[in-house]
Amino acid sequence: MGSTNSTLLKIPNVEVLMQETGFSPAHIIRLHDRFKALDKEGRGHLCPHDFGAIKELAMNPIGDRIIGAFFSPGKETVDFHTFVKILAHFRPVDKDRPKEPNSPEPINSRSNKLKFAFQLYDQDKDGKISRDELLQVLRAMLGMQVTDEQLESIADRTIQEADLDRDDTISFEEFRKACKHKRFTMFRFCIRPGERKLMLTLCHWSSELQDQHEL
Amino acid sequence: MPQVEDTDPDPDPGETTQAVFTLNYPRIQIPFEITLWVLLASFAKIGFHVYHKITVWVPESCLLISIGLIVGGIMHSLHEKPPAVLTSNAFFLYMLPPIVLDSGYFMPTRPFFENFGTVLWFAVVGTLWNSIGIGISLFAICQIEVFGVQDITLQENFLFASIISAVEPVAVLTVFEDISVHEQLYIVVFGECLFNDAVTVVLYNLFNHVAALEVVEAGDVFLDIGRFFVVGLGGTIFGALFGFVTAFTTRFTGKVREIEPLIIFLYSYLAYLIAELFAISSIMAIVICALTMKYYVEENVSQRSCTTIRHVIKMVGSVSETLIFFFLGVVTITTEHEWNWGYILFALLFALLWRGLGILVLTQIINPFRTIPFNFKDQFGLAYGGLRGAVSFALAFTLPDNIGRKDLFITGTIVVIIFTVFIQGITIRPLLKLMNVRKTNRNQETINDEIHKRLMEHTVAGIEDLCGQWSHYYWKDKFMKFNNRILRKILIRDNHPESSIVALYKKLELQNAMEVLDQMSGDISAAPSLISLHEERKNASKSRKKFLSSDVTNMHELLSKNMYKIRHRTVSYTNKHTLPDDITAREILMRRHTSLRRSLRAGSFHGTNAAKMSQKYFSLPMGRSLNSRFPPRRLVHAGDGDIESEINYSSIRHPQRVSSKAVMPLRPLNTLKEVASSVNTVDGQNEEQRGCRRSHLGSNVSRSGHLTSHLPHGSSRNCSDGDHDAWVEEPQNNSDVQHPLMRRPHWLPQKPHDK
Repeated sequence: MGSTNSTLLKIPNVEVLMQETGFSPAHIIRLHDRFKALDKEGRGHLCPHDFGAIKELAMNPIGDRIIGAFFSPGKETVDFHTFVKILAHFRPVDKDRPKEPNSPEPINSRSNKLKFAFQLYDQDKDGKISRDELLQVLRAMLGMQVTDEQLESIADRTIQEADLDRDDTISFEEFRKACKHKRFTMFRFCIRPGERKLMLTLCHWSSELQDQHEL
Repeated sequence: MPQVEDTDPDPDPGETTQAVFTLNYPRIQIPFEITLWVLLASFAKIGFHVYHKITVWVPESCLLISIGLIVGGIMHSLHEKPPAVLTSNAFFLYMLPPIVLDSGYFMPTRPFFENFGTVLWFAVVGTLWNSIGIGISLFAICQIEVFGVQDITLQENFLFASIISAVEPVAVLTVFEDISVHEQLYIVVFGECLFNDAVTVVLYNLFNHVAALEVVEAGDVFLDIGRFFVVGLGGTIFGALFGFVTAFTTRFTGKVREIEPLIIFLYSYLAYLIAELFAISSIMAIVICALTMKYYVEENVSQRSCTTIRHVIKMVGSVSETLIFFFLGVVTITTEHEWNWGYILFALLFALLWRGLGILVLTQIINPFRTIPFNFKDQFGLAYGGLRGAVSFALAFTLPDNIGRKDLFITGTIVVIIFTVFIQGITIRPLLKLMNVRKTNRNQETINDEIHKRLMEHTVAGIEDLCGQWSHYYWKDKFMKFNNRILRKILIRDNHPESSIVALYKKLELQNAMEVLDQMSGDISAAPSLISLHEERKNASKSRKKFLSSDVTNMHELLSKNMYKIRHRTVSYTNKHTLPDDITAREILMRRHTSLRRSLRAGSFHGTNAAKMSQKYFSLPMGRSLNSRFPPRRLVHAGDGDIESEINYSSIRHPQRVSSKAVMPLRPLNTLKEVASSVNTVDGQNEEQRGCRRSHLGSNVSRSGHLTSHLPHGSSRNCSDGDHDAWVEEPQNNSDVQHPLMRRPHWLPQKPHDK
């Protein structure tokens, strides 16, 4: 469709974007529409306020962490490229990607997905999930009836299970090992044919994370 | 009851004695008995909830019918007749509208419209399938001479079939919630229940009319089908019109808040009555009216009126339904039944069979069109959860007398209802649990697994919401544009596009809760603090704790019970008999609010790492820029960024705060005085810095006159004027960016108008 190309042309560096993230043109357009819808004041970039306006996200227990993941340290705005790149984490793994040793890992590799998840825990970005960070996450995800002692014991147990080098924190490697043998049975997928209704395929984090050869 | 008159012995002879104490029962008889019945039903409800376990395992309709049976038994033994209140008029004009309004008003709009197709598919086509299927099968049974029911015509069979195909699967929603069936199923169940009431009533009227005819021609049949659609659509359009008129009216009720709920009720009821006048579907009219007006009305109307409306609707609706079930129980014992083994048992069998078949077939057809297809567990839940409810009974009871076998039909309906409500209602929970447990192998999961899994599920849900996954984007977008541009301007009084977070706060009545919080200057907060945790940790030994397997099992249980489910809104509409439960939503938002406040009071905390106490990380990193500004002085402590960002937010808030008379950080800032004093007692450069920053904050605040400025002497050496200026400039750059959570809701100034 003619309008597809014209919209694509309006986005700067769209070729690079598509190559880096692996989204198809239809996906990019869909995301661009969404970006514009969120950017109510038409500034061309998003700030936390715009994300905060999404009501369902506010109701998400870890909603603000998710929002925070979009903003790299020091930046207060998200432009379209960063937006798409972060969302690229959620594309399904390309199972038939040619293995080139020199090319950088694609954004939606399992390892990068795990890094994203790790980042949600590790807010101070020191590469380790400390006990307190774990407590914060637990507190966020659990109802009020859970007492502090119960929280603490859960956190202790979690660290105990995953912490291999006994430093009382969970590093990324330990996190990856802990997640290795799991089947996360969340399935989400939406595919609707049709131009503007094309949606992302977020699916099967489980099977990707379990795929041995990527590790 | 006979009139009793007691005369006082009057010493005055010869005059007609004036009775001092009289008993005039007939005068109050009708309202009195109605009140007693309602009171009895309410006592029953109170009684159920005394022992919580009962309501978990036994659906409420079960309990109500049981109580009705008991009362009926008592009445029967006393040879009393139940009050003849359940007439056709009484039911259709007085008892049904509240039930339907209740369902319609509490229908969550957004999920409903997103699943509109599925809901209508199951409700309309499903009910038609059931009615016609059961009708034809029963007619076939009638032909068999053995059962002796040959006199029942096809039309009458269809009539009976339409009565017993009105399902009310809402009772199983609570079961679904525990089994964590996905949210789409909730809305389908909810919507199906609602709309198949409408369809049933339309069919009932149709077949009633047809049953009276001696001969049915093909032309009539087509006419009837056409009429069916006219009735349905007519009701919808009518309802929408009334909805808009109501919304428009509430625009002008700013000065007369007391009558706002009344207007809502009157208009809804009017929609129902006028639809009845034109013989179009009154249920559709009232439901669509409620759906359309809810969105606009809840913005125009004051908070208290909003609460009143909800409470009253819920109250009247549940009273009505309770009464009908109650009555069912009583009638079961006290009336003369006509029993016919063959007919009734086959009716029951066909009801179950056709429902199951119907769900199976319909799901197969519609699954390809759905984003998340229904799996077998869902289908089983839908089919098995098809309990019959109050509407069926009332329809049967109010059959016109010219139907020859009316008593048989009533008996049949009662049997079907009691069977489904008791047997299916009680066994569905264990069955679903069984089906569910077989799939997941809980014991092999570690605690890590559970936590990470849930976190990732929340993440995916969040990203989906972020991308606007669930909407039929195009049409919804168009409608929202139309809505914002035209409809809102006409129908809403103060139309400012509130950020949805603010609307959410308002809706959850968090505004009031937060003000209560703010007034407490002590350490009271909505969430347990981690301060004590932190201190304990220092004392706790570093040695590895040994965890018994029982501990681990307990942890698993704790997690599975208490972890927030994905997309909490499902929880809010699972129970038809109670008001929507917003607790998880409030918990999350309150927690966020408290963590913000806490961070402001960080100075009052003596631990070495003040950051620890923000138990909920608030990760909007606007404050990160401060990091870049002051890197050399700061050690990177975990969570220091929190404090920075929180401080930044609070400073941003200043312009807002002054204008809106917000109470929000007023008291907590008093604790800055504590900061000033505690600055001297803390050790470490960071504390002083933090204290310094807070004091800047304090001085900023003092400009607005809320606090007397008090630059602590001890810390001033670390803070040069340059810093101070730099600090001050920062907020102004960001002042246009305000986090909605920190912003006071717009409608706060309106509060003085509230009564």
